[in-house]
Amino acid sequence: MYKVSRTGRRALSAGAAVATATLLVAGCSGNASQGSGSAGSDSTLVFGITADPTQMVPWTSTSEQSIQVLSQVYSTLLDTDADHNPIAGLAELPKISADGMTYTFALKKGLKFTNGSALDATDVKYTFDKIMDPDSKASSRSYFASVAGVQAPDPNTVVVKLKKPDASFPVGLTGVNTGIVPSDVAVDSLETKPVGSGPYQFVSRTPNESITLQRNPDFSEGKPGAAKLEFRIIPDDQSMVSALKTGSIDVAVFDNPVTAKTATSDKVKVDTVSSLQYHVLQLRAAAPVLTNVNARLAIQCAIARKEVVDSAALGAGDITGPITSPEFKSDPDAQPCATQDLAKAKDYLAKAGKPGGFALNLITSQGLYSTAVNEAQNVQAQLGKVGIKVNVQTLDSNTYVQKWLAGDFEAAIAQNGGSADPNTMYARYFTSTGSYNKVAGYSSPELDKLFAEGIATTDTAKRQAIYKQLSDQLVNNAAWVWLFTPKEFIAVNTKVKNFEARSDASLSTLWKASLS
Amino acid sequence: MMYLRHPITRRVGEAVLTLVGVSVLTFVLLRVVPGNQITASYGTAAGELSPEQVRSLEAYYGLDKSLPVQYFDWLRGVLTGNLGVSTTSHVSVAQLTGQALPNTIELAVLSILVGLLLGVPLGVLAASRPGKSRDNLTQLSSLLALSVPSFLLATVLASWLANNFGWYPNGEGFRTLVQDPGLNLQQMILPVLVLGISIAPPVLQTTRTAILAIRAEDYVRTARAKGVPERRLQTRHILRNALIPVVTMTGLQFGFLLGGALVAEQIFAIPGIGRQVLLGLTQKEYAVVQSTVLIIATMFVLVNLLTDLVYRVVDPKARVR
Repeated sequence: MYKVSRTGRRALSAGAAVATATLLVAGCSGNASQGSGSAGSDSTLVFGITADPTQMVPWTSTSEQSIQVLSQVYSTLLDTDADHNPIAGLAELPKISADGMTYTFALKKGLKFTNGSALDATDVKYTFDKIMDPDSKASSRSYFASVAGVQAPDPNTVVVKLKKPDASFPVGLTGVNTGIVPSDVAVDSLETKPVGSGPYQFVSRTPNESITLQRNPDFSEGKPGAAKLEFRIIPDDQSMVSALKTGSIDVAVFDNPVTAKTATSDKVKVDTVSSLQYHVLQLRAAAPVLTNVNARLAIQCAIARKEVVDSAALGAGDITGPITSPEFKSDPDAQPCATQDLAKAKDYLAKAGKPGGFALNLITSQGLYSTAVNEAQNVQAQLGKVGIKVNVQTLDSNTYVQKWLAGDFEAAIAQNGGSADPNTMYARYFTSTGSYNKVAGYSSPELDKLFAEGIATTDTAKRQAIYKQLSDQLVNNAAWVWLFTPKEFIAVNTKVKNFEARSDASLSTLWKASLS
Repeated sequence: MMYLRHPITRRVGEAVLTLVGVSVLTFVLLRVVPGNQITASYGTAAGELSPEQVRSLEAYYGLDKSLPVQYFDWLRGVLTGNLGVSTTSHVSVAQLTGQALPNTIELAVLSILVGLLLGVPLGVLAASRPGKSRDNLTQLSSLLALSVPSFLLATVLASWLANNFGWYPNGEGFRTLVQDPGLNLQQMILPVLVLGISIAPPVLQTTRTAILAIRAEDYVRTARAKGVPERRLQTRHILRNALIPVVTMTGLQFGFLLGGALVAEQIFAIPGIGRQVLLGLTQKEYAVVQSTVLIIATMFVLVNLLTDLVYRVVDPKARVR
């Protein structure tokens, strides 16, 4: 037995020696954690993203990563200020005709694409015509629903004629999915080699690994802060945090408050920004169990929104009403039950003819955003107090999207996109002909009338009054139960200078950032 | 007709049937799951697409054809060397796989190596005094290694090293062994360690059990009685025979790693084949998933064939069968 054990020991020590040697060789063969790049004008700013962008042509972009990358490559006709209001971009703010039917845009002088060709009115007309093409793959096509035609009377002027007044039209022109592409480059080639007029120009892409851009010296708004900008794909959030802490990446955006907390250190500063997006308990009034307005109001009264924010989203949110657009923001307390009122909830249940409560199916998905399932469970617990038995169905994101689009649910936890314009936010959901009306499950002649008035009015004060009524209609009928606007967390290495954290984690001013 | 009964012909025939089965199953499963490439790509924004847009997108993604036509179109492509194109990155599946596969193979080989280097010696050690403290200790550590989930170990290791030592090479852009061997090996340390630790326990247990079983065999007693030196007895007669089941198991583990090193690839940002399949699945890139799964299955089948051959070298009895 002695010899066996000696063989064992020998084998063990040989194994250990080889393993140690391998680790040592690897460990000594270079210092990996050099940081993202040398400072100054030759620096590379590294932005961590969790997935490969799925679209590379601006008008098809829908995924977060595509929008982040393409917003650095393409420019839009109009830009936004910190409050999301349209400001001059490639063009000055438009002159609007008295009848609100004609928008005239004057392009800035000397605009160029990164391939050297001039950016003029022909390119704008080409881009908008492509978006409006019925066969296009454009996700931004609905922004042009009121447009009759686009003209380019001279190289610096773009004229857009509308079929009917549409006060929300300019807001659509600020999104990267209306970014201007060159008319002399084939769309197919843009899929693999984007050509824009944004702060950075495309250099290379390694699928599943990274996208590298370099400074565009002809950028119309100034000299971008970094010589190179790399979007590096690190799929795991915690791995991203480790990469931030060792200085391998410089900037990353998180939606999970716990992850954001672990990222904070002496080398990483985390900015918390608000969002125009909103988390909502969608109720489909079209579903038999929710047809009675009192049943929906009972749900509104039984939910303590603060509790949803505090326990499910760990405090990372602000309670909200329907409209999140800064200029038209709803008062979150202007609704029948601004805080939880169980007695009132029971009254409504009695009025609905269901004093003992009812059963409700609620869909949610782990793949939507980090706190979706927690929110569903919190709502389930709260509604249970008044006898509403919630059956939570946690679906994979594809199944969820499929059911959501088909309106195949009674209630859903959702995070929906916001906009600087309330018409863009809700006309698609709550007008009887809206593309998502089946999803919203609620419409009324009053709402149709208010939406029509809102879009035809250009005076901001008058519009505010209209959208206040519209917001009241939505909450008084408990069309949905609006919960909160989430927070987003932008983690930035302290070496990065001139970075402006913007709400919605918008990267419209990322070009100013540089490394010290 | 004798050649049909030849073991090698039979094995190859089985392999081809397996691959056809895998391809049909992948094809069907992908389409049974709700959603398609349009909803995967546009998400909820798909609701704003006009019917014309939906029709043109269906044509673009080839969804307008019947299922059998879609399958045979893809199969014809594969048989003529065209594995399809990723519609998100616009790169051919062959090229994507060409980039990802070497990384996964490197990861798998190194992990198996670490698993064997840890598992075999510890197994020998455990078997040297069965039931005694060193046996109990190695068994306990193997149980511990088995119980800790890989993703947890990976995350904890990465965070600990980054927080306390400022070392996390996987945050750098990935470099292949050819591009930068030094950085590549550093980037492989953590995933290889995590995978190696999960492979070591079964190797350890198999080695231990096999040694104990063989030590009790008549031929070992006979050899010892004939005066075969103890060292030769241990290595040539016991360990060599004990390694037969270890080889079989290693082959299986290697096959699994080729397709299933996903956790390590995902957490440590290694652009390997597992991530390629995952990305294909989330984006509903049918061609990417079907072709990549077929490639993985082919390798799995080949590795198994290879294991059988190695088995024949290690085990003389297998040559006769």
